[in-house]
Amino acid sequence: MSPDAYAVRLGADRGLIEFRHMLVSVPEMTWTVLINIAFITVLFFQRDSRIEGTSLAALTLPSILGMLVAQGGFMGVAGKLATDREDGTLLRARAVPNGVFGYLVSQLTLATIVTVFNIAIIFIAGLLLLDGVAPDGVGDWLTLLWVIALGLLATVPLGAIAGGLVKSAASSFGLTFLSISVLIAISGIFYPITGLPGWLQGIGQVFPIYWLGLGMRSALLDDAAAAAELGGGWRTVETAVVLAVWAVVGMFLALGVLRRMARGESGSVVEARRERALQRGY
Amino acid sequence: MRQDGDLREQTRNAEAGGGTVIDVHDLRMRYGSTDVLQGIDFSVSRGEVIGLLGPNGAGKTTTIEILEGFRMRSAGKVSVLGADPAQGDEAWRARIGVVLQSWRDHAQWKVRELLNHIGRYYAGYATPDRPRPYATDELIETVGLTENADKRIAALSGGQRRRLDVAVGLVGRPELLFLDEPTVGFDPQARRDFHDLVHRLSDMEDTTILLTTHDLDEAEKLADRILILADGRIVAEGSADELTRHFSRDAEVRWSRGGKQFVHPTDDATHYVRDLLNQHGGEIADLEIRRASLEDAYMALVQQHETGRGKAATNFEEATG
Repeated sequence: MSPDAYAVRLGADRGLIEFRHMLVSVPEMTWTVLINIAFITVLFFQRDSRIEGTSLAALTLPSILGMLVAQGGFMGVAGKLATDREDGTLLRARAVPNGVFGYLVSQLTLATIVTVFNIAIIFIAGLLLLDGVAPDGVGDWLTLLWVIALGLLATVPLGAIAGGLVKSAASSFGLTFLSISVLIAISGIFYPITGLPGWLQGIGQVFPIYWLGLGMRSALLDDAAAAAELGGGWRTVETAVVLAVWAVVGMFLALGVLRRMARGESGSVVEARRERALQRGY
Repeated sequence: MRQDGDLREQTRNAEAGGGTVIDVHDLRMRYGSTDVLQGIDFSVSRGEVIGLLGPNGAGKTTTIEILEGFRMRSAGKVSVLGADPAQGDEAWRARIGVVLQSWRDHAQWKVRELLNHIGRYYAGYATPDRPRPYATDELIETVGLTENADKRIAALSGGQRRRLDVAVGLVGRPELLFLDEPTVGFDPQARRDFHDLVHRLSDMEDTTILLTTHDLDEAEKLADRILILADGRIVAEGSADELTRHFSRDAEVRWSRGGKQFVHPTDDATHYVRDLLNQHGGEIADLEIRRASLEDAYMALVQQHETGRGKAATNFEEATG
């Protein structure tokens, strides 16, 4: 096995190990349970509202799934990377042959597993709670899969860039939470984008979250529901193109940021961060 | 104590034969307008244990991080295991061990789990005389963590974490090991265990070790050779014994005579004691000669160097005095 292929395997193993650790971590699981209760509550109360014949909850469910991809890819990766830089995990990877490469593979693996895990929870809850959201046939499942895959490819590099540029885990959370909240508000996740002023619709359509929601809706809703979308259709090609462009541009930029970030790590840098963190008192 | 150009050239040639592990020539580091390293020269042979000593800010950590390949240098030639650390590839990296200070990284991992995982990265770099990685349980025993092997790292005490740090640095069975302040936070027992481990590594595994420390006692116990760094330069180099003799010939002679205690500092204890005994003979009791320690030598050196920085002032005093 070539060293690179071997490092991919080690990285995948590490991703799995970290996921296992996450499953038994009380704070992580508390957060997962709370956030899912919040989402399910929203779906529950939207159940009986209807928009153009479709239940509002049935619209919201796929949109939430799309948002979860962006959250897992962007916020999740940025937060993890910032934390791992701060506490010296990344420096340890740097001290090991092929370690940084293996580490990056592990984070891609972890982000994918965590995202699919989070999607599965809400998806299963939605199937139990709502009618008309189950995928009909192989085509719908395939759409679901490529939207998730391309969505991760589009958002993970952005998360890596954010995580590589911020100074600390705390500032990573602030930055990504703020930006993703603003984007969720203008991307038609919890209410249709058609209700927003035109210029906000324009901004919303620049970023991946809108297209992730749209792609998910196209997978799970009946084709009749497409009439309510901008342009009156699913715009599948546009979805793929926008996400792919983000993926390519993001990856190109992320490689530069990650290389610079890994190069900057050393014992004294981590030590200085530790001292700053201790001064802040956590 | 410095090598001249010809000798240095010979040393560099010898490296092809595998004798020289680290070779540093005129290493310089500048941050903004501050010169942290102002031209450092030294070389380290296979199997040597080198102690890098110096006050805070002398450039110890910068030096070690440049050699580890974690930091770029401003100027100078550096060769570590035959390669420039700034361009060291993965195979080069596999031959080097770095003991890092852990903090809260890998808190959820168990000791054995982490060492197993990190060790696997080295599997492709084994050689007939250096099986890589270390067998995990053997390594855990070597650093004295057998009872904690299945503990989560977050549950380890500070000293146990440092042992784990050492284990992580050793897991690839390195030919060259870097230790930056290795025993900070160790209790006396852990410190002694660690010293034994360092001796074993250098004797049995032929590991070359470069360590930085504040602890002179530790440097004296561990290092075959000590480099003293002050203000970005190597100001002295030699074994603990050589340094002590060279830089501080002072000794303290203590004795009692007629129930009274006496202390006399001298730079020639032998001569002084001979005179003392000739003069008072049988009246002398409790005779004790205390040689200057490495610590005394070190303090003298650093002080000498720091007053040397204000050279104009010193010369002025000499001229008027």
